[in-house]
Amino acid sequence: MAGASMKDIKLRIKSVESTMQITKAMQLVATSKLRRAKERMESSKPYITISQEALSAAVASCDDVTVPFVTPRAEVKRRCYVVIAGDRGLAGGYNANIFKAVAAHAEGFDYCVLPMGRKAVERFHRYGVESLTDEYTRVEGISVGTCYKLAEMLIEGYQSEKYDELWIVNTTFLSMMSQEAVVSRLLPIEKPADDAPRSPVTTVYELGAAETLIQVMPDFLAGRLYSALCDAFASEVAARRTAMDSATKNAGEMISDLRLKFNRARQGAITQEITEIVAGAEQ
Amino acid sequence: MAALFHLQIVTPDRKVFDGEAEKIIVRTLGGDVCILARHIDYAAPLGIGEARVTDAEGNTRTAACSGGMLGVSGGEVRVMATTFEWADEIDLARAEKAQQSAQQQLEALERTDKDYAIVEAKLKRALARIHAKG
Repeated sequence: MAGASMKDIKLRIKSVESTMQITKAMQLVATSKLRRAKERMESSKPYITISQEALSAAVASCDDVTVPFVTPRAEVKRRCYVVIAGDRGLAGGYNANIFKAVAAHAEGFDYCVLPMGRKAVERFHRYGVESLTDEYTRVEGISVGTCYKLAEMLIEGYQSEKYDELWIVNTTFLSMMSQEAVVSRLLPIEKPADDAPRSPVTTVYELGAAETLIQVMPDFLAGRLYSALCDAFASEVAARRTAMDSATKNAGEMISDLRLKFNRARQGAITQEITEIVAGAEQ
Repeated sequence: MAALFHLQIVTPDRKVFDGEAEKIIVRTLGGDVCILARHIDYAAPLGIGEARVTDAEGNTRTAACSGGMLGVSGGEVRVMATTFEWADEIDLARAEKAQQSAQQQLEALERTDKDYAIVEAKLKRALARIHAKG
């Protein structure tokens, strides 16, 4: 009996050990990817900060007129969500949190999606949500050029009234340990609140503020998408690193626990044998 | 010495320039614009063309620049470009190849085609690169 259980424990240790090898390898891969992903994320930040500022200044300058991209449509029949999830699983709650955020935000609305990342494509396909394209199954290493194509497609969809609002759902990198799913509106652009103090507008817009906005919108949207993708990918890798780190730790704990059990079982078997032999000799 | 202003040039994937400059010339949709220190607040969408930046030491560098926006606000000059490559970063062979392929594509297209503008922009970008390099 003791022998059989010893064998079981040994097998179990072996299987946990090989799992640990995998999780450890994944952790190492994630750690090395994380450095580059973070660098990319950092270098996409200046553009966003500066262009958002310019954008809100331009929006503040076009008063009272109906401006495409700024004036909300009278009736919002349909929303479009750009959903950035992971290329792969095993990243803790990374993918689940994104989908939860989409579901909570879109509740009660008719919506379509632009899924980015294999997990997102698969998920919306399974749930039968209409998707603009299933082409973008890889978030990792996406180029600025691709973002321009995307931005043009999204703007065309908005202009042809396929949808009346455009939102983006991505995970933002707060720190190595925490990432958060956020939902933000891309179109129409948020107008500063009416009661907000406004500085007198003195900027000279070459083509007028509204026309300037229309001209630069595809560029700014592409920049925004690119930065969101970099942010999301850094978050994904960080989430995976954390998840795999704790998995490796758990496996280690399990192994030492099993070792203890194994040694006890072995000791038990030896003691039993000695007892049996001694008992035999006494007879 | 000429007066200086703070210039920032950014593209979606990097910060190209951040420092004092004496002068910048960029192509906007309305034509080439030169910005010097103490310019009034100004904004214009960028076209495709050559850009010239004269830095604090008086050295002038050329670059190929396309898309985005030029903004001057409170003496701060910001170029938010789609692409911005200094002359020494431009791959001439690649640009020439792009020019040829764009020209070939253009010949096959009608002016009314949806893709005409896209290919034309490609050609313009390639030409701007070749020009900035040369």
